[in-house]
Amino acid sequence: MIEIDQITKIYDGARAVDAVSMTVETGTITVIVGTSGSGKTTLLRMINRLVEPSSGDVRINGEATAEMSKTALRRRIGYAIQGHGLFPHYTVARNIGVVPQLLGWPAAKIAARVDELLDLFSMAPEQFRTRYPAELSGGQAQRVGVARALASRPDLLLMDEPFGALDPIIRARAQEDLRRIQRKLGSTIVLVTHDMQEAIQLGDRVAVMDAGRLVQHATPAQIITEPATEFVAEMVGGIERPLRLLSLIPACEIAQDGQIEGTPLPAQTSLRDVLAQCLASGRDAVPVLREDGTQGQVTLAAIRARAQSRA
Amino acid sequence: MKIGALIRLALIALLLALVLRPEWFTWAFAPFAPPGGPVIYTRASLLSLALSHLGLVALASTASTLIAVTLAVLVTRPAGAAFRPLSRTITNIGQTFPPVAVLALAVPALGFGAGPTLVALFLYGLLPIFENAMTGLSTLPPATMEAARGIGLSRWQRLVRVELPLAMPVILTGIRLSVVISLGTATIGSTVAARTLGEIIIAGLLTNNTAFVLQGGLIVGLFAVLIYDALVQLETYLSWRLGARRARG
Repeated sequence: MIEIDQITKIYDGARAVDAVSMTVETGTITVIVGTSGSGKTTLLRMINRLVEPSSGDVRINGEATAEMSKTALRRRIGYAIQGHGLFPHYTVARNIGVVPQLLGWPAAKIAARVDELLDLFSMAPEQFRTRYPAELSGGQAQRVGVARALASRPDLLLMDEPFGALDPIIRARAQEDLRRIQRKLGSTIVLVTHDMQEAIQLGDRVAVMDAGRLVQHATPAQIITEPATEFVAEMVGGIERPLRLLSLIPACEIAQDGQIEGTPLPAQTSLRDVLAQCLASGRDAVPVLREDGTQGQVTLAAIRARAQSRA
Repeated sequence: MKIGALIRLALIALLLALVLRPEWFTWAFAPFAPPGGPVIYTRASLLSLALSHLGLVALASTASTLIAVTLAVLVTRPAGAAFRPLSRTITNIGQTFPPVAVLALAVPALGFGAGPTLVALFLYGLLPIFENAMTGLSTLPPATMEAARGIGLSRWQRLVRVELPLAMPVILTGIRLSVVISLGTATIGSTVAARTLGEIIIAGLLTNNTAFVLQGGLIVGLFAVLIYDALVQLETYLSWRLGARRARG
């Protein structure tokens, strides 16, 4: 568990981050979202003390970070950034193994960990281990950057706009990968982005920053349905709010009895995608699978009712 | 590439022959020698002169590299930034003094021989290495440096594992310029009795023997060309490892 307690950073008299407090539960993704200059990156960088707080504390599993040495603290915390920041003169394997090596792991254990991580990111170890960063595509380099951040099994993973430099298709895949890997490893992640859609898709909790203050810290559904301020509502994007909400709800949740023709959609398909299917095929209902594997249907009327009830 | 390798081999062979078997070239230099005068310089072994010449250059360049890179590292640290203009001035002064003047000034203090030459070469070699090392160390990719800090490399580890290796191709360019300048400049060391290949050239100038001048000049020139080429190869290899690889295929 990460506790951020009344943390403040003052630059030249201006409060870049103003008395922010929040708690990040172990095994969850918290996304800090805000416009540029909102203090979101400064807040993130104070967690691993790349920026020293002017006042306030950060505690990781009860231990105050201010009392640890900076390098020891950073080696316990994974760090992945926009544009990956890989070392161009190291191979992929050396890049991933750099923190374990700093921590003094034996070589065989590092090599095994590197292969395990490459596998996890669907990159064949024998093919990628010996490559240099310049020989990777943008998406591959980004995955190696995240693998490097995860290598020493850190208590916490900090990510600063990790997908910012990727094109939309690769980006969507990278987000899915991150979600899958986070669930599998049970990692605790704090991620910074300016993209509310990314925040809603990835976050278990979303923290919205505005002018150095934390204006709302809640689940994605709450952010959409009960925005705390005008600013949050604007970030969520007024007119698209019902769609964003639908993108959070799996189809099986409102599936009804009824057999209709066609290949059923998987149970976890979001209502937003189901709606798109309805519109594309011109039908009032589409078949979906339920949690128990039986077939049901989702109707347009049910989607509309659901969207209205929350938005 | 293949032609390049052939030319390189031919030049190496020519250089070795000129240094080890100068008498083979009597026919070529004879037309330039004064009538009845010696064609080939025999007062000292060319090999020992060449080795001593290279030794002086190597020693001076190593010293300039150590001092210049250390200075560049210091002034690119946050704490040393204030000293950047000062160290620029110092290295610039080293460059503005003509080596002949340094020799003339150093002889009273250090006496005749290799000492004054070493000082002149050392001072003259500082600037290109310092300027390049500073450029290399202050233009590192920001994302890489941020990541190095963020994943927990200490200052020293960042310098040794990331900054110096990444700046190496640019630093090497400075070393190459400095070494080649020193190879040429070392010849005038012979005016203050340092043992260098300049001895042959000066002997030629004193006795009006163009054959000597040509012989000495050719050997120094070949050394300069070949060492320059070797260092270019090394730089290309290093920058290739640092990223141009994909562009090349």
